[in-house]
Amino acid sequence: MTSIQLNGSPYLCRKLSPRISDLIRDLSLDGKRIAIERNGEIVPRSKHPETVLLDGDKIEVVAAVGGG
Amino acid sequence: MNAPNNSVVLDDPLVIAGRAYRSRLLVGTGKYKDFDETRAAIDASGAEIVTVAIRRTNIGQNAGEPSLLDYLPPSQFTLLPNTAGCYTADDAVRTLKLARELLDGHKLVKLEVLGDPNTLYPNVRETIVAAEALIRDGFDVMVYTSDDPIIARELEAVGCVAIMPLASLIGSGMGILNPWNLKLIIEQSKVPVLVDAGVGTASDAAVAMELGCAGVLMNTAIASAQRPVLMAGAMKKAIEAGREAYIAGRMPRRLYAASPSSPGRGLIS
Repeated sequence: MTSIQLNGSPYLCRKLSPRISDLIRDLSLDGKRIAIERNGEIVPRSKHPETVLLDGDKIEVVAAVGGG
Repeated sequence: MNAPNNSVVLDDPLVIAGRAYRSRLLVGTGKYKDFDETRAAIDASGAEIVTVAIRRTNIGQNAGEPSLLDYLPPSQFTLLPNTAGCYTADDAVRTLKLARELLDGHKLVKLEVLGDPNTLYPNVRETIVAAEALIRDGFDVMVYTSDDPIIARELEAVGCVAIMPLASLIGSGMGILNPWNLKLIIEQSKVPVLVDAGVGTASDAAVAMELGCAGVLMNTAIASAQRPVLMAGAMKKAIEAGREAYIAGRMPRRLYAASPSSPGRGLIS
Protein backbone atom coordinates (compact mmCIF):
# COMPACT_ATOMS: atom_id res chain seq x y z
CA MET A 1 0.00 0.00 0.00
CA THR A 2 1.22 3.48 -0.82
CA SER A 3 0.02 6.37 1.30
CA ILE A 4 -0.18 9.75 -0.45
CA GLN A 5 -1.74 13.16 0.09
CA LEU A 6 -4.37 13.59 -2.61
CA ASN A 7 -5.81 17.10 -3.00
CA GLY A 8 -4.93 17.79 0.61
CA SER A 9 -6.37 14.59 2.12
CA PRO A 10 -4.75 11.23 2.94
CA TYR A 11 -5.30 8.55 0.31
CA LEU A 12 -4.25 4.91 0.17
CA CYS A 13 -3.38 3.43 -3.22
CA ARG A 14 -4.39 -0.22 -3.36
CA LYS A 15 -1.83 -1.37 -5.91
CA LEU A 16 1.83 -2.01 -5.22
CA SER A 17 4.05 0.57 -6.97
CA PRO A 18 1.05 2.47 -8.29
CA ARG A 19 1.53 4.69 -11.33
CA ILE A 20 -0.30 7.96 -11.82
CA SER A 21 -2.35 6.30 -14.54
CA ASP A 22 -3.50 3.69 -11.96
CA LEU A 23 -4.58 6.48 -9.61
CA ILE A 24 -6.53 8.18 -12.39
CA ARG A 25 -8.31 4.90 -13.14
CA ASP A 26 -9.08 4.33 -9.43
CA LEU A 27 -10.64 7.78 -9.28
CA SER A 28 -12.74 7.08 -12.41
CA LEU A 29 -11.12 10.10 -14.04
CA ASP A 30 -9.74 8.36 -17.13
CA GLY A 31 -10.57 10.27 -20.26
CA LYS A 32 -11.39 13.41 -18.25
CA ARG A 33 -9.63 16.68 -18.86
CA ILE A 34 -7.48 16.96 -15.75
CA ALA A 35 -3.96 18.02 -14.85
CA ILE A 36 -1.72 16.49 -12.23
CA GLU A 37 0.97 17.93 -10.02
CA ARG A 38 3.29 15.73 -7.98
CA ASN A 39 5.19 17.41 -5.15
CA GLY A 40 4.76 20.78 -6.80
CA GLU A 41 5.80 19.71 -10.31
CA ILE A 42 3.49 19.12 -13.25
CA VAL A 43 3.44 15.55 -14.48
CA PRO A 44 2.66 15.75 -18.20
CA ARG A 45 -0.03 13.41 -19.48
CA SER A 46 2.52 11.43 -21.48
CA LYS A 47 4.35 10.57 -18.24
CA HIS A 48 1.30 9.31 -16.30
CA PRO A 49 1.86 5.63 -17.17
CA GLU A 50 5.49 5.64 -16.06
CA THR A 51 5.38 7.87 -12.97
CA VAL A 52 5.39 5.71 -9.82
CA LEU A 53 3.80 7.14 -6.69
CA LEU A 54 5.85 6.97 -3.50
CA ASP A 55 4.79 7.14 0.14
CA GLY A 56 4.22 10.74 1.20
CA ASP A 57 3.83 12.12 -2.33
CA LYS A 58 1.65 15.20 -2.50
CA ILE A 59 -0.62 14.90 -5.51
CA GLU A 60 -2.94 17.57 -6.86
CA VAL A 61 -5.60 16.68 -9.43
CA VAL A 62 -7.32 19.72 -10.96
CA ALA A 63 -9.92 20.46 -13.58
CA ALA A 64 -11.47 23.54 -15.18
CA VAL A 65 -14.56 24.87 -13.42
CA GLY A 66 -16.77 27.91 -13.81
CA GLY A 67 -15.14 31.15 -12.78
CA GLY A 68 -14.54 34.77 -13.63
CA MET B 1 -36.37 48.50 -55.52
CA ASN B 2 -34.36 47.61 -52.49
CA ALA B 3 -33.55 50.32 -50.02
CA PRO B 4 -29.84 51.05 -50.07
CA ASN B 5 -28.02 49.53 -47.13
CA ASN B 6 -25.94 52.32 -45.70
CA SER B 7 -25.06 50.63 -42.42
CA VAL B 8 -21.35 50.62 -41.81
CA VAL B 9 -19.78 47.27 -41.10
CA LEU B 10 -16.48 47.88 -39.42
CA ASP B 11 -13.55 45.58 -39.94
CA ASP B 12 -12.45 46.07 -36.39
CA PRO B 13 -11.17 42.93 -34.73
CA LEU B 14 -9.81 42.76 -31.22
CA VAL B 15 -6.24 41.51 -31.53
CA ILE B 16 -4.69 39.85 -28.49
CA ALA B 17 -1.27 38.21 -28.70
CA GLY B 18 -1.51 38.19 -32.49
CA ARG B 19 -4.91 36.53 -32.72
CA ALA B 20 -8.00 38.38 -33.94
CA TYR B 21 -11.41 38.13 -32.29
CA ARG B 22 -14.71 39.51 -33.57
CA SER B 23 -16.23 39.99 -30.13
CA ARG B 24 -14.91 42.54 -27.68
CA LEU B 25 -16.91 41.04 -24.85
CA LEU B 26 -15.13 38.45 -22.73
CA VAL B 27 -17.17 36.58 -20.17
CA GLY B 28 -16.66 34.48 -17.09
CA THR B 29 -18.36 31.16 -16.43
CA GLY B 30 -18.98 31.37 -12.68
CA LYS B 31 -22.17 31.81 -10.62
CA TYR B 32 -24.63 30.36 -13.18
CA LYS B 33 -27.50 28.11 -12.13
CA ASP B 34 -26.23 25.22 -14.24
CA PHE B 35 -24.15 24.49 -17.33
CA ASP B 36 -27.13 24.91 -19.65
CA GLU B 37 -27.61 28.46 -18.45
CA THR B 38 -23.86 29.09 -18.67
CA ARG B 39 -23.82 28.01 -22.30
CA ALA B 40 -27.01 29.89 -23.21
CA ALA B 41 -25.69 33.12 -21.69
CA ILE B 42 -22.34 32.78 -23.43
CA ASP B 43 -24.03 32.14 -26.75
CA ALA B 44 -26.23 35.21 -26.27
CA SER B 45 -23.19 37.31 -25.36
CA GLY B 46 -21.39 36.38 -28.56
CA ALA B 47 -18.18 36.05 -26.53
CA GLU B 48 -15.35 34.05 -28.06
CA ILE B 49 -13.03 34.25 -25.06
CA VAL B 50 -14.38 32.75 -21.84
CA THR B 51 -12.61 32.52 -18.52
CA VAL B 52 -12.42 29.34 -16.47
CA ALA B 53 -11.07 28.65 -12.99
CA ILE B 54 -8.76 25.79 -12.07
CA ARG B 55 -9.75 23.82 -8.98
CA ARG B 56 -9.13 20.50 -7.28
CA THR B 57 -11.39 17.75 -8.55
CA ASN B 58 -13.83 16.25 -6.05
CA ILE B 59 -12.24 12.94 -5.22
CA GLY B 60 -14.59 10.00 -5.30
CA GLN B 61 -17.68 12.05 -5.97
CA ASN B 62 -19.83 12.13 -9.07
CA ALA B 63 -17.12 10.90 -11.37
CA GLY B 64 -19.64 10.57 -14.19
CA GLU B 65 -21.19 14.03 -13.93
CA PRO B 66 -20.71 16.47 -16.84
CA SER B 67 -17.95 19.01 -16.69
CA LEU B 68 -17.84 22.64 -17.76
CA LEU B 69 -15.69 21.85 -20.77
CA ASP B 70 -18.33 19.45 -22.09
CA TYR B 71 -20.48 22.57 -22.50
CA LEU B 72 -17.67 24.88 -23.61
CA PRO B 73 -15.42 22.78 -25.83
CA PRO B 74 -11.98 24.28 -26.43
CA SER B 75 -12.60 23.74 -30.16
CA GLN B 76 -15.39 26.36 -30.09
CA PHE B 77 -14.13 28.89 -27.55
CA THR B 78 -10.83 30.41 -26.53
CA LEU B 79 -10.65 29.32 -22.92
CA LEU B 80 -8.90 31.80 -20.68
CA PRO B 81 -7.77 30.08 -17.49
CA ASN B 82 -7.58 32.52 -14.62
CA THR B 83 -5.97 32.58 -11.22
CA ALA B 84 -8.91 33.94 -9.26
CA GLY B 85 -8.50 33.00 -5.63
CA CYS B 86 -4.69 33.15 -5.69
CA TYR B 87 -3.05 35.46 -3.18
CA THR B 88 0.61 34.88 -4.02
CA ALA B 89 2.66 34.97 -7.19
CA ASP B 90 3.74 31.37 -6.57
CA ASP B 91 0.16 30.07 -6.37
CA ALA B 92 -0.82 31.98 -9.50
CA VAL B 93 2.12 30.60 -11.49
CA ARG B 94 1.44 27.06 -10.28
CA THR B 95 -2.23 27.36 -11.18
CA LEU B 96 -1.51 28.52 -14.71
CA LYS B 97 1.08 25.82 -15.30
CA LEU B 98 -1.61 23.30 -14.36
CA ALA B 99 -3.99 25.08 -16.72
CA ARG B 100 -1.49 24.84 -19.56
CA GLU B 101 -1.17 21.10 -18.99
CA LEU B 102 -4.94 20.77 -18.73
CA LEU B 103 -5.51 22.64 -22.00
CA ASP B 104 -2.79 20.95 -24.07
CA GLY B 105 -0.18 23.70 -24.00
CA HIS B 106 -2.56 26.65 -24.25
CA LYS B 107 -0.58 29.88 -23.64
CA LEU B 108 -3.15 32.66 -23.26
CA VAL B 109 -4.03 33.19 -19.61
CA LYS B 110 -5.59 35.68 -17.24
CA LEU B 111 -3.40 36.54 -14.28
CA GLU B 112 -5.08 37.84 -11.17
CA VAL B 113 -3.40 37.96 -7.76
CA LEU B 114 -5.64 39.15 -4.99
CA GLY B 115 -4.61 41.10 -1.93
CA ASP B 116 -7.68 41.10 0.26
CA PRO B 117 -10.46 38.55 0.72
CA ASN B 118 -13.18 41.12 1.39
CA THR B 119 -12.61 43.57 -1.41
CA LEU B 120 -10.76 41.18 -3.77
CA TYR B 121 -8.52 44.14 -4.51
CA PRO B 122 -5.47 43.06 -6.51
CA ASN B 123 -2.02 42.76 -4.96
CA VAL B 124 -0.07 44.51 -7.68
CA ARG B 125 3.37 43.67 -6.31
CA GLU B 126 2.67 39.92 -6.42
CA THR B 127 0.97 40.42 -9.78
CA ILE B 128 4.12 41.89 -11.34
CA VAL B 129 6.30 39.10 -9.90
CA ALA B 130 3.93 36.46 -11.31
CA ALA B 131 3.68 38.21 -14.68
CA GLU B 132 7.44 38.21 -15.08
CA ALA B 133 7.72 34.51 -14.20
CA LEU B 134 4.90 33.51 -16.54
CA ILE B 135 6.19 35.54 -19.47
CA ARG B 136 9.66 34.04 -19.00
CA ASP B 137 7.98 30.64 -19.17
CA GLY B 138 6.30 31.46 -22.50
CA PHE B 139 2.78 32.43 -21.40
CA ASP B 140 0.73 35.21 -23.02
CA VAL B 141 -0.50 37.09 -19.98
CA MET B 142 -3.65 39.19 -19.83
CA VAL B 143 -3.37 40.85 -16.47
CA TYR B 144 -5.98 42.02 -14.01
CA THR B 145 -4.80 45.04 -12.05
CA SER B 146 -5.81 48.19 -10.24
CA ASP B 147 -6.51 51.34 -12.25
CA ASP B 148 -3.09 52.77 -11.34
CA PRO B 149 -1.49 53.94 -14.61
CA ILE B 150 2.06 53.48 -13.29
CA ILE B 151 1.44 49.84 -12.38
CA ALA B 152 -0.27 49.36 -15.75
CA ARG B 153 2.81 50.74 -17.47
CA GLU B 154 5.08 48.38 -15.55
CA LEU B 155 2.90 45.39 -16.46
CA GLU B 156 3.10 46.37 -20.11
CA ALA B 157 6.86 46.85 -19.82
CA VAL B 158 7.37 43.30 -18.51
CA GLY B 159 5.48 41.99 -21.54
CA CYS B 160 1.81 41.47 -20.68
CA VAL B 161 -0.33 41.14 -23.83
CA ALA B 162 -3.34 42.97 -22.37
CA ILE B 163 -3.84 45.26 -19.39
CA MET B 164 -7.12 44.74 -17.55
CA PRO B 165 -7.80 47.36 -14.90
CA LEU B 166 -10.80 47.17 -12.62
CA ALA B 167 -13.61 49.65 -13.17
CA SER B 168 -14.75 48.98 -9.60
CA LEU B 169 -14.35 46.04 -7.25
CA ILE B 170 -14.91 42.46 -8.46
CA GLY B 171 -18.56 41.48 -8.23
CA SER B 172 -19.62 44.93 -6.97
CA GLY B 173 -21.53 46.06 -10.06
CA MET B 174 -20.62 49.64 -9.13
CA GLY B 175 -19.71 50.57 -12.70
CA ILE B 176 -16.93 52.84 -13.95
CA LEU B 177 -15.78 54.72 -10.86
CA ASN B 178 -12.67 56.39 -12.23
CA PRO B 179 -12.98 56.97 -15.97
CA TRP B 180 -10.05 59.39 -15.90
CA ASN B 181 -7.58 56.79 -14.69
CA LEU B 182 -8.88 54.32 -17.27
CA LYS B 183 -8.40 57.00 -19.92
CA LEU B 184 -4.80 57.56 -18.79
CA ILE B 185 -4.10 53.83 -19.03
CA ILE B 186 -5.75 53.57 -22.46
CA GLU B 187 -3.78 56.54 -23.80
CA GLN B 188 -0.40 55.28 -22.65
CA SER B 189 -0.81 51.58 -23.56
CA LYS B 190 0.23 49.95 -26.81
CA VAL B 191 -1.42 46.64 -25.89
CA PRO B 192 -5.21 46.30 -25.57
CA VAL B 193 -6.76 47.67 -22.38
CA LEU B 194 -9.87 45.84 -21.20
CA VAL B 195 -12.03 46.70 -18.24
CA ASP B 196 -12.15 43.66 -16.00
CA ALA B 197 -14.48 43.81 -13.03
CA GLY B 198 -17.06 46.25 -11.78
CA VAL B 199 -19.49 46.45 -14.69
CA GLY B 200 -23.06 46.27 -13.36
CA THR B 201 -25.28 46.84 -16.36
CA ALA B 202 -25.22 47.52 -20.09
CA SER B 203 -24.59 51.27 -19.84
CA ASP B 204 -21.42 50.61 -17.81
CA ALA B 205 -20.10 48.42 -20.61
CA ALA B 206 -20.96 51.07 -23.20
CA VAL B 207 -19.18 53.76 -21.15
CA ALA B 208 -16.07 51.59 -20.91
CA MET B 209 -16.02 51.14 -24.68
CA GLU B 210 -16.70 54.83 -25.34
CA LEU B 211 -13.64 55.63 -23.24
CA GLY B 212 -11.63 53.62 -25.76
CA CYS B 213 -11.28 50.30 -24.00
CA ALA B 214 -10.47 47.48 -26.39
CA GLY B 215 -12.96 45.23 -24.62
CA VAL B 216 -14.67 44.33 -21.38
CA LEU B 217 -14.46 41.18 -19.30
CA MET B 218 -17.42 40.49 -17.04
CA ASN B 219 -19.07 37.65 -15.15
CA THR B 220 -21.32 38.71 -12.28
CA ALA B 221 -23.13 41.42 -14.24
CA ILE B 222 -24.53 38.70 -16.48
CA ALA B 223 -24.69 35.70 -14.14
CA SER B 224 -26.33 37.62 -11.27
CA ALA B 225 -28.88 39.43 -13.43
CA GLN B 226 -32.48 38.34 -12.85
CA ARG B 227 -32.44 36.97 -16.40
CA PRO B 228 -28.83 36.19 -17.27
CA VAL B 229 -29.37 35.19 -20.90
CA LEU B 230 -31.28 38.40 -21.64
CA MET B 231 -28.56 40.46 -19.92
CA ALA B 232 -25.90 38.66 -21.95
CA GLY B 233 -27.57 39.88 -25.14
CA ALA B 234 -27.87 43.39 -23.71
CA MET B 235 -24.15 43.40 -22.95
CA LYS B 236 -23.31 42.30 -26.48
CA LYS B 237 -25.24 45.27 -27.88
CA ALA B 238 -23.75 47.68 -25.34
CA ILE B 239 -20.21 46.63 -26.22
CA GLU B 240 -20.92 47.03 -29.93
CA ALA B 241 -22.71 50.37 -29.45
CA GLY B 242 -19.95 51.72 -27.24
CA ARG B 243 -17.25 50.65 -29.66
CA GLU B 244 -19.00 52.18 -32.66
CA ALA B 245 -19.63 55.41 -30.74
CA TYR B 246 -15.93 55.55 -29.80
CA ILE B 247 -14.85 55.08 -33.40
CA ALA B 248 -17.51 57.47 -34.71
CA GLY B 249 -16.21 60.15 -32.35
CA ARG B 250 -18.67 61.90 -30.13
CA MET B 251 -19.70 65.55 -30.59
CA PRO B 252 -18.00 68.00 -28.29
CA ARG B 253 -19.72 68.78 -25.00
CA ARG B 254 -20.85 72.36 -24.49
CA LEU B 255 -23.12 73.98 -22.00
CA TYR B 256 -25.38 75.34 -24.74
CA ALA B 257 -25.04 75.78 -28.47
CA ALA B 258 -27.67 78.18 -29.69
CA SER B 259 -27.64 75.97 -32.78
CA PRO B 260 -30.91 74.10 -33.15
CA SER B 261 -31.04 71.03 -35.33
CA SER B 262 -33.97 72.41 -37.34
CA PRO B 263 -33.62 75.30 -39.84
CA GLY B 264 -34.09 78.78 -38.39
CA ARG B 265 -35.61 80.05 -41.62
CA GLY B 266 -38.96 79.29 -43.16
CA LEU B 267 -40.90 79.35 -39.93
CA ILE B 268 -44.57 80.24 -40.41
CA SER B 269 -45.48 83.48 -38.80
